[in-house]
Amino acid sequence: MPDAVRLEFRDVTMRFVEASGKSLTAVHQVSFVVHDGEVVSLIGPSGCGKSTLLNIGSGLYRPSEGEVFVDGEQVEGPNAHVAFMLQKDLLLPWRSIAENVMFGVEIQGVPARERKQRARALLEMLHLAEFADHYPHQLSGGMRQRVALARTLAVDPSVLLLDEPFSAVDAQTRMLLQRELAQTLKRARKTALLITHDLMEAVSLSDRVLVMSRRPGRIIDEIRIELPHRDDPIARRHDHKVGAYVERLMGLLGIDEPAGAVA
Amino acid sequence: MNHGSKMMRRGATASLALLVAFLAAWEWGPGLLGVPSFIIPPLSMVVGEFTRMLSVSGLMMHTGITTAEVIAGFLLGSLLGALFGYLLGMSPTAEVALSPYILVLQIAPKVAFAPLFILWMGFTVYPKILVAILIVFFPVMVNVLTAIRAVDPDLINLARAFKATRAQIFWKVEFPASMPPLFAGLRIASTLAVVGVVVGELVGGNLGLGYLLSFGEGQANTPMVFVAIGMLTLIGGLAYLLVIFVEQRVLHYLPARPLGGI
Repeated sequence: MPDAVRLEFRDVTMRFVEASGKSLTAVHQVSFVVHDGEVVSLIGPSGCGKSTLLNIGSGLYRPSEGEVFVDGEQVEGPNAHVAFMLQKDLLLPWRSIAENVMFGVEIQGVPARERKQRARALLEMLHLAEFADHYPHQLSGGMRQRVALARTLAVDPSVLLLDEPFSAVDAQTRMLLQRELAQTLKRARKTALLITHDLMEAVSLSDRVLVMSRRPGRIIDEIRIELPHRDDPIARRHDHKVGAYVERLMGLLGIDEPAGAVA
Repeated sequence: MNHGSKMMRRGATASLALLVAFLAAWEWGPGLLGVPSFIIPPLSMVVGEFTRMLSVSGLMMHTGITTAEVIAGFLLGSLLGALFGYLLGMSPTAEVALSPYILVLQIAPKVAFAPLFILWMGFTVYPKILVAILIVFFPVMVNVLTAIRAVDPDLINLARAFKATRAQIFWKVEFPASMPPLFAGLRIASTLAVVGVVVGELVGGNLGLGYLLSFGEGQANTPMVFVAIGMLTLIGGLAYLLVIFVEQRVLHYLPARPLGGI
């Protein structure tokens, strides 16, 4: 199903009640679709509700209005079709690396033999096989994030929701992890929604970039990235057209405005 | 590494030298300073009393009884403390409802209950165990409760996103996450259990090291008091080491830490 819709947000609005009793609209009437195999980035100023959308997508929050569909099914709570990955690796220190990778499949009741197979295959793919029996504290930040990615892929989700997955690692590691993610998504033919602050990351990893406004967050623009090498962000960075895309995104986010105009 | 082991060796040598100096000061210090032996009996006198008590006063029997009470009080108190910690940690309603009473009990000096328990249960081992349970309960409960509260909500959300049930969240996330603080509580509890038992024995009965303490006091037998204190310290020390021994096996996944850091 090359053009099948994997993830759809339909008129999603989310309001929170603050401690003071005031109602606060985090996101307002957000609609978009992500097709099978696509990687779509969501960018926007901090506090624009990007992470709220991710929590709604993963079924942890119910939207105040609107609906979310994954594989045509309405999301009404946590479900096996989506899996998320955050900036924090959220590895459990008492579990070995292989056991951490199996965390999700274990909860979902996949038989022990199969989940061991899956863990081994994923660790192999992410060049972590030799660390299967290590514990998280023995690994570097970049390696831990790769383990988190393996754990996310282990449940074989239709859609991956990634919330700034690499913002806590150093710049060089980040580039390598981005390439690994891009290749993994390509190889596993996964669909992903990536939340990021890093415009270069958005351009170099995505098929499309959705731009959100300041709170209450709305989608104000959509940019299709017409560049080759979606599976190799490092090669893509060398493309001379990347700069123009980044500039356009900066313009849309108002980063170009003179100092003082942006809070 | 090399530097560290050199530092360790130097520290151990100094520690040993201190022990020798202390024992020498104990043996000859009181005589040199003219302190009478009923105030500070020299080391040799205490050792002599120790052997006398072994054969005449049933020292091993009293030590055995105290040890058994400490173990019973420690195990039951820790179990109850952990149980309440988990229950209150998982049910905010229960915590709100019970916290004022728990706070009052925690503020009340636990050892002051000893006479009451003896009135209720007589000169048996039970009031001693009960004081130990009461005194052990709180550090364990508070540590477990705090640990459950402190679990990263994103970790819970991760489990929830994988469709974990409440029981799965507890057994796969909250319970293992509570292990390091639980063991910190158990370390404290292991030494407090001795305190609880001794107070119970001091207050009433004719068994245990606490009884020997008050008996020695009544006889103005200072060496006997010293022997009893020494044996109590030994029990507390062994209980503490036992907790550390188990802890290092349970928490094997943590980066190596220096032994005995309190």
